Amino acid sequence: MNRYGRIGLIFLVILVACTPQTHSVTPNATSQAGGSVLILATTTSTQDSGLLDVLIPRFEAQSGYQVKTVAVGSGQALKMGEEGNADVLLVHSPQAEEAFMQAGWGKDRVRVMHNDFVLLGPPSDPAQIRGLDVATALRTIAEKGVLFVSRGDNSGTHALELSLWRRLNLDPQGQPWYLETGQGMGATLMVAAEKQAYTLSDRGTFLAYRDRIGLEILVEGDKELQNIYHVITVNPERWPQVNYAGAVALMTFLIHPETQKIIASFGVEQYGQPLFFPDAGQP
Amino acid sequence: MDTEILAIILLSLRVSLTATLISLLVGLPLGTALALSRFRGQTMLLSLINTGMGLPPVVVGLVVAMLLWRSGPLGTLNLIYTPTAIIIAQTLIALPVVVGLTASALQQVDERLRWQLAGLGASTWQQVLTLWLEARLPLLAALMAGFGAVISEVGASMMVGGNIKGQTRVLTTAIVLETSRGAFDRALVLGGLLVGLTFLVNWGLTVIQQRGRR
Repeated sequence: MNRYGRIGLIFLVILVACTPQTHSVTPNATSQAGGSVLILATTTSTQDSGLLDVLIPRFEAQSGYQVKTVAVGSGQALKMGEEGNADVLLVHSPQAEEAFMQAGWGKDRVRVMHNDFVLLGPPSDPAQIRGLDVATALRTIAEKGVLFVSRGDNSGTHALELSLWRRLNLDPQGQPWYLETGQGMGATLMVAAEKQAYTLSDRGTFLAYRDRIGLEILVEGDKELQNIYHVITVNPERWPQVNYAGAVALMTFLIHPETQKIIASFGVEQYGQPLFFPDAGQP
Repeated sequence: MDTEILAIILLSLRVSLTATLISLLVGLPLGTALALSRFRGQTMLLSLINTGMGLPPVVVGLVVAMLLWRSGPLGTLNLIYTPTAIIIAQTLIALPVVVGLTASALQQVDERLRWQLAGLGASTWQQVLTLWLEARLPLLAALMAGFGAVISEVGASMMVGGNIKGQTRVLTTAIVLETSRGAFDRALVLGGLLVGLTFLVNWGLTVIQQRGRR
């Protein structure tokens, strides 16, 4: 190596000597377990609805914890809990949650609220499913081969949709009428609207998009379309570094009567109907 | 303009400018060394760096996130979901751009200039400084390309920053969020701000660049 190479080396040494200062800008609040920072892994639907923007600042003010809310699909949120990368989860994927608890990854699991799913489609309703129960509606869509758009992203919504197909003994994957976007609810609604297709959506996201997409609710109110949210604390026995005290504090906050009242009234002003129904105390 | 948007803009600027600055401090000497020395495997190394210019940000984000998660080897540093984590990822994205473009900028300078400088008794330092001055236009372009790559990337910021309100939400991740919320008007405004901001920074750099054109 010649002199130029050596100059490069000298620069590198100087730089390495300088970097630690550059990187210590952020205060290191959680050097020890049980610090004041709490990582909440939740689903995109709760974040997109804006509910957490109302609840989390209140919790932070009351408890003194600083919450880092990471919005991902329910599947990824549970994965983050499994690997100890989150302290507390707010998710809606009951079957996966039960498996999660049985495997010992979670410590406590409490029901917080629910909203519901709706089956949407174009107003012309080419498969004639308006007003049917959801099982018959999906079977009809499959039989007639009308386009259906799926999230395909392992989210809670996707998990529910798959369990509905499974109960019908249908496997839509790979069918020409079945499209998987692999994206969030909003993007999936846009695809469904452009393709004039059927899709399954949570009510909150649909209301936010209603004016823009021209899809209508064709099936709703079916018991199978309930979307139940549980809060889960990550088991500190599996991951000693998780902030269990903070997780319990957030869980207690979410099921507190006052918080439940806020949940019940959230969205009424903007959409004329609530987006979530408080459920604390129910099994 | 509300304070939240202002905070998002300032964070975007702080994170991306810091990442660009670090990649300049590392990349300029590295690129210089790479351009001016001769060694076995040089072409291979240059090809790898040029490939790095096209590195998908989301892959960089995934790798950095896996390192910084609590379950990862650097988990105890508690850097995941902080602006520092975004700076680390963006530095890795900008670095190959700065190194690669620096190397090609300097290789473009007539080799006889170096011989002449050496013949006139210039020290290595003086030679390098003269070359940098000679290639200042493409070098500033390298800087702009590096900045452009990081201010506009969203995959890595989302993975390692988490798009946390008030903490790690930058312009690009805010645009993704507003889009998924269906607030396309807000998303468009943020997009306009992002382009405006990128323009301002590049305008400043271009002024410096063109002033040096004499």
